[in-house]
Amino acid sequence: MSESNKISRRNILKAFAAVPVIGAMGYGIFRKKNYDNDIRDQIVKELGISYDPPVLPTIKGVDMSKPIRVGLIGYGIRGEQLMRAAGFAHPSTIDELRESADKNSDDHRYEDFMAQDNLNLQFTGACDLFDIRAQSAIEACSNVNRKGTKEQGPVTCKRYRTYQELLAANDIDAVIIATPDHWHAQIAMDAAKAGKHIYVEKGMTRTVEEVYQLTDVIKKSNVVFQLGHQGRQTESFIKAKEIIDKGLLGKINLIEVCTNRNSPNGAWVYDIHPDASEQNIDWEQFQGPTPNRVPFSKERFFRWRCWWDYGTGLGGDLLTHEYDALNQMLNLGIPHSCVASGGVYFYKDGREVPDVFQAVYEYPDRDLTFMYSATLASDRDRGKIIMGHDGNISIGGELTVYADPESTKYKALIDKGVIDPSNPIFLYSPGSKRIDAVTSATAKYFAGRGLLYTYRQGKRVDTTHLHIKEWTDCIRTNQQPSCNIDQGFQEAITSHMATISYREGVKVYWDAEKQVIVKGNSAKMS
Amino acid sequence: MHQKNVTYPYSESQLTLLTILRILIGWHFLYEGVTKLLNPSWSSLGYLADSKGFLSGIFLGWASNPTAVTAIDFMNEWGLALVGLGLIMGCLTRISIIGGIVLLAFYYLSHPPMVGYKFALPSEGAYLWVNKNLIEIFALAVLYVFPTQHIYGIDRLIFPKKTAIDF
Repeated sequence: MSESNKISRRNILKAFAAVPVIGAMGYGIFRKKNYDNDIRDQIVKELGISYDPPVLPTIKGVDMSKPIRVGLIGYGIRGEQLMRAAGFAHPSTIDELRESADKNSDDHRYEDFMAQDNLNLQFTGACDLFDIRAQSAIEACSNVNRKGTKEQGPVTCKRYRTYQELLAANDIDAVIIATPDHWHAQIAMDAAKAGKHIYVEKGMTRTVEEVYQLTDVIKKSNVVFQLGHQGRQTESFIKAKEIIDKGLLGKINLIEVCTNRNSPNGAWVYDIHPDASEQNIDWEQFQGPTPNRVPFSKERFFRWRCWWDYGTGLGGDLLTHEYDALNQMLNLGIPHSCVASGGVYFYKDGREVPDVFQAVYEYPDRDLTFMYSATLASDRDRGKIIMGHDGNISIGGELTVYADPESTKYKALIDKGVIDPSNPIFLYSPGSKRIDAVTSATAKYFAGRGLLYTYRQGKRVDTTHLHIKEWTDCIRTNQQPSCNIDQGFQEAITSHMATISYREGVKVYWDAEKQVIVKGNSAKMS
Repeated sequence: MHQKNVTYPYSESQLTLLTILRILIGWHFLYEGVTKLLNPSWSSLGYLADSKGFLSGIFLGWASNPTAVTAIDFMNEWGLALVGLGLIMGCLTRISIIGGIVLLAFYYLSHPPMVGYKFALPSEGAYLWVNKNLIEIFALAVLYVFPTQHIYGIDRLIFPKKTAIDF
């Protein structure tokens, strides 16, 4: 070998001296990747569950060409949110959302609202008992093009002073009912009798008697009925059902759900409109079907949830969301028994309904307990947890499944080191590539529970919008939506059991044969 | 020039340790880049959104812009991998070192370990003013002024003349 060849060989060797390092890393990555894939594959194979978004039910054959003419009954806080979810925001709301988006680029509410599907609805009538809100309602109902105050068009929606007149109108096919709870059943029954399709907010009724009456009327009618549990549309709940159905958790024995809020707004101390007065509020009509008549009270009108005369407390307002989410996943049905307790411990503002509230439901047929625990004066986050012998799942915007260290089903995999009980065996996090500004504490509460937003193909969507869309799609195809009257019946009876137990200090039972709630220990059934 | 007559400016142990340092830092960069490339759900978003300090406005601004996040993700993934490859192989080493310093400076400035700053993503050690990013920046600066790539590296082929002079 010549001298120059030697030099160039040495030159090349020195130039590429580090190649083995790259080789070593390549080998290392290959080993690590194989190891990780092996574990993942083994887990996926064992669990039979994919990381793909769940298969969502779709309604086929929806003819969108003809508008549905809707009437709005109740334009308070929820009524305004429902309108927005239906695609109609007050022009001043559009201004606010735009301004807020300009100031804070994390605030996607305007962008999301503008991107929301057009459901081809016409809001032809609106009814609210407070004149100022009624005026806002018809302005929002007329804002079909989603414009701000400067671009506002003519008011095309008619104001009705009573819901009866609204129901009598020929140009209304369907109604959205967002009144206080004590009006839900009566209006919904009258709407059904008038042949109007119904979207009604939860809690479905204020009293037990109304549950039977409403169910009976709806079943005899041909209207499409949707109860306002928008959690039915939450992707992670649907995925959770898939996981539970595959038996990943083993035998489920305990369910823990909760409400944790810590703000006046979250505790229903809503703002009292500064211009509200007896002159612009129809107080008599507001009291309506409630038996206890009292003189005009702004507190009662605006903060009605704090009184049993109009609301259903934590049981009807928030337990119902948690219950419905679990009923959706597990088909729980009505529990065998309920014991509830609590008290007014923090908001001693004259309210009747408790601000700390617990309800324990027994399902002996399913060998499980369902436990609800709530406080309105601490926002320590506690998720929805379903506990089984083989694993547990916590459910919020995302899903986390852990194997139980003592699981029978996973014993072999735990022993082999494939499953590590201290790490999740399954983590599902839709929309994880996006951060959002969620403005208020109450909004955060709802967002964390999957009640504000969900994801479709990785895109953030308002769950209430999807819930209304399901309802209107069902109207167009003449079928009943996911939160139909049967689900509503179960929701309402279950929540009333807790309220009765709390208010009367007794354990209550459900007599499934006679379909009645039975009170007291003497009524204990085998 | 006859190889035997060349005198290195470094002792054997200096050359060995500097080269090892270069390769180890290169390894760190390359592996950081490759793991991000191999993980389709990786995004710089959480890190950017967690920024604190006098430049945090810029980083938070990027975090809120999906196009910026996509671009930053791309630059991080490929930037880290290419800087790492350059350092290990001693290929276009000076550019790689500068690129590496720029990336590290971004990490340092977006998450400066100052008194009173708490980050959502916890660090694995305890730091005040000085953290591993800052140390790695200066280690790269050392490699910039004490080059080894003209001895063990592809740069000896790319820049042969310079190599001869440096020898």
